[in-house]
Amino acid sequence: MARKKIREYDSKRLLKAHIKRLKGVDLPLNVAQVRADTNFVDLLDANPWLKTTRLVVKPDMLFGKRGKHDLVGLNLDFAGVEAFIKARIGKVIDMDGCVGAINTFIVEPFVPHDQEYYLCIQSVRLGNEVSFSEAGGVEIEANWDKVKTVTLPTGAPASPEALAPLTSGLPLELRPAMEAFLQACYAVFLDLDFTLVEMNPFTLDAAGKPFPLDMRGELDDTAAFKSGKKWGDVEFPLPWGDVEFPLPFGRALTAAEEHIAGLDAATGASLKLSILNPQGRVWTMVAGGGASVIYADTVGDLGFAGELGNYAEYSGAPNAQETYAYAKTMLDVATAGADGRGRALIVGGGISNFTDVAATFKGIIQAMREKADAIKAARMRIFVRRGGPNYETGLALMRALGADTGIEIEVYGPDSSMTGICARAIEYIRDLDRSASAA
Amino acid sequence: MNPVQRMLDFDFLCGRPTPSVACVVQPGSAGGFQKVFFGREEVAIPVEGSVAEAAHAFPLADIFINFASMRSAFQSSMEALRQPTVRVVAIIAEGVPEADTKQLIAYARQHNKILIGPATVGGVQAGAFRIGDTAGTLDNIVACKLHRPGSAGFVSKSGGMSNEMYNVLARTTDGLYEGIAIGGDVFPGSTLSDHCLRYENIPQVKLIVVLGELGGTDEYSLVDALKQKRITKPVVAWVSGTCAKLFKSEVQFGHAGAKSGGQAESAQAKNEALAAAGAIVPTSFEAFEGTIRDTFARMVAEGAITPCPDVEAPSVPQDLEAAKKAGKVRVPTNVVSSICDDRGEEPTYHGVTMSTLIEGDFGVGDVISLLWFKRSLPKYATRFVEMCVMLCADHGPCVSGAHNTIVTSRAGKDLVSCLVAGLLTIGPRFGGAIDDAARYFQDACDRKLDPDEFVEDMKKKGIRVPGIGHRIKSKDNRDKRVELLQRYARKFFPATRYLDYALRVEAYTLTKAANLVMNVDGCIGALFLDLLHSSSLFSAAEIEQIVKIGYLNGLFVLARSIGLIGHALDQKRLQQGLYRHPWEAVLYI
Repeated sequence: MARKKIREYDSKRLLKAHIKRLKGVDLPLNVAQVRADTNFVDLLDANPWLKTTRLVVKPDMLFGKRGKHDLVGLNLDFAGVEAFIKARIGKVIDMDGCVGAINTFIVEPFVPHDQEYYLCIQSVRLGNEVSFSEAGGVEIEANWDKVKTVTLPTGAPASPEALAPLTSGLPLELRPAMEAFLQACYAVFLDLDFTLVEMNPFTLDAAGKPFPLDMRGELDDTAAFKSGKKWGDVEFPLPWGDVEFPLPFGRALTAAEEHIAGLDAATGASLKLSILNPQGRVWTMVAGGGASVIYADTVGDLGFAGELGNYAEYSGAPNAQETYAYAKTMLDVATAGADGRGRALIVGGGISNFTDVAATFKGIIQAMREKADAIKAARMRIFVRRGGPNYETGLALMRALGADTGIEIEVYGPDSSMTGICARAIEYIRDLDRSASAA
Repeated sequence: MNPVQRMLDFDFLCGRPTPSVACVVQPGSAGGFQKVFFGREEVAIPVEGSVAEAAHAFPLADIFINFASMRSAFQSSMEALRQPTVRVVAIIAEGVPEADTKQLIAYARQHNKILIGPATVGGVQAGAFRIGDTAGTLDNIVACKLHRPGSAGFVSKSGGMSNEMYNVLARTTDGLYEGIAIGGDVFPGSTLSDHCLRYENIPQVKLIVVLGELGGTDEYSLVDALKQKRITKPVVAWVSGTCAKLFKSEVQFGHAGAKSGGQAESAQAKNEALAAAGAIVPTSFEAFEGTIRDTFARMVAEGAITPCPDVEAPSVPQDLEAAKKAGKVRVPTNVVSSICDDRGEEPTYHGVTMSTLIEGDFGVGDVISLLWFKRSLPKYATRFVEMCVMLCADHGPCVSGAHNTIVTSRAGKDLVSCLVAGLLTIGPRFGGAIDDAARYFQDACDRKLDPDEFVEDMKKKGIRVPGIGHRIKSKDNRDKRVELLQRYARKFFPATRYLDYALRVEAYTLTKAANLVMNVDGCIGALFLDLLHSSSLFSAAEIEQIVKIGYLNGLFVLARSIGLIGHALDQKRLQQGLYRHPWEAVLYI
């Protein structure tokens, strides 16, 4: 939910289409996207400009500093671009600790230029910050003092007066065009529900028209229901819906995470799962966005952050069916690859306001019953703490589960401290390790 | 349980004389009211069709709580903010676009109004007012002493954690004065520091407790307020999310705003800044409770706080549904029914599922057998039932039933009225003789009365023999329907004892007059007795009951409905006008 990064290709595509629609501006911009399954012949057909101009090619994977990693191909012809891509597609690289394979490239016209400008529009609480600098490009951080910023209050227009402080350093003859461009970008930013648009750099072409060289953007995905159609590419509709929200580089969704994301999308309730360490020995299934963070904190405080298998939360009153599907997936992952050293599952939560504890637990318990053998094989002990409507029934059902199936389960109610079961879980693991080393 | 009911239960617990909910807005509705319990009695809470109408009708209501979904939450909240009488708008929905929330924030700031949320459960002012579902069940509210004011002001992003903290505060202090959950969105309508500054200005709040979260820079405005001494009351604060630093890649936590961007947005940085600015910051969430307890105890010892008294809460009766669920009450049923169960995945007719009936070789006769006779009759019997229905479906426009239907249809009435008008003529003289025929034939036959004895007996009593006689049909002009039924029965029924008896009766009556033939009522009546007796599926007592209650007329009513409906539709199709009986056909005396 909320702010999602989009590929440079999509940022530029959206800017070009909508700056034309909103302000009649024709940006001299062309972009093409290349993935592993792209047919280069079809690509040429769809984008004849690829034949007629020299080109730039770079990975479009949501990370920057591409030039500094030999990942940018400059001033190539189409054959050169093909070769460049073929040499790098699917290659696994390490970008500051994030390891992943490059699977998408962006190809654009190569535009020789002198001046590199910087533009950034970002959403803040009371309006939008517009930043501009005449010293953009790779050395932007070194020249950060040259960046000028104005905050346009919510609802206030991007008038020449409001933008004047930004362009005050420019030669007089450049100011009108630049202001017009800033206003047009601002209009697109607002209309499409962007939360961030950054062009570092943009330049002016031979005819004096501004256009972005490097661009990144973030959209507010909660606005999909109103702006989603505008995010789509009418000419080339995408298989995944209006626009792609790729995962951060180095993070691919596992099957379990994808499955849960699907469940989450299908319900008004919230169901989240992020796998951190599949071999981890401490797993959590906590109710609530706030409480789940605190449980993770507590496990971290106790020195077991490395053993945390996952971050997960469920909230917004999911029904028994939903928690059943959720818990089943979680338990599969949490009990997989058991090495006999024992694991702990923390089924925690605060005292809910309206989520029915008995109803949500019914689903979780059903899943646990089905996976009882796997749970026991993994030597997994379950620690439960919860309060809220019908909690007595919910906790009783958990106790009964233990009695019926032989699953080891410790059950606590709202009288016990919320995070006390973290210490209990780690004590359990430590005890197992002690007796294992003693034996 | 709906949030309005929750709010009124809270009102009652707090000893409010009147409910805190003035009205409910249901967009597009024509008004009306909702029944809600206030204590033990139900009250009617008015319903209005729009925000503007509600504000106009209830000018003293200054808080608007918006449960609309994320798609329409913005428009309705903006409409509420625009009402001059509305001062506070709480938005429950999660998923309101940031740009929309920013517009609400700008408007609220400009007009000095307060926004709570979006993406929140709301908040509570102990002893005074509760937003929707905040603080959960009544048991929890009483356990947290929320039915009366304490001295602590609390604010956090999370609704679930707020409730947990109300419990903690009840254990460690004299309880909550007011608690607000600002919601998990990136731009909450009001911030942590907005509420802390409010608490600074509420004399009853002596101690401020804050639970923050990684992501965003909200906590820094609190840091500034502390540094600038705009907040002087003790602040005990903890920012959760310390684990984020321990993970290799960026994790998006449950709340939209809970994602560590830069270093300054981390939990560690915020906790350090708060402590440096003078807030009391524990070492971890586990230590939070102890820190609050120590701070409160210190303030009491110093005389800064006189603990608020505890107040006993009145008891609120449990809802019937909840009590039923918990097995605490047993409620008698109103109605008994034994032929059809509609509660399962598919309805069953006396235990037989719809799928079986549809996918197997079953027909209407089987359905009648199940629903009327509560057993599966053999094929020959169900086929017989269907035959009866087919044969009795209609007998032309001149018979009483059809005539009535036709007149009613020509009077322009609806289909059901036309059908019922015809059905109402069914009785002892028309179509309703089957039961009586069965009764008398059974009685006579079982008592082994000779047919002539039986007939003369009836004559003496002045009773026409039911099942015998027809206006038109006669000895030489037999009723084809009767013939068909007899033929079928002879072929398929195991025995036809009662038919045989009835035929002997007919033979006798025909000696008296040519039109005293067995009619279709008599035939069906006699044959049904044969079916019941010879199928060996019914006990004597059951047969007795069937004949006594009068099942068999039902067959005629069912069958003739087909024809009556046909006549009703026919008249409409033929566009016949109002019927008036010709004067010439009436003898005026």
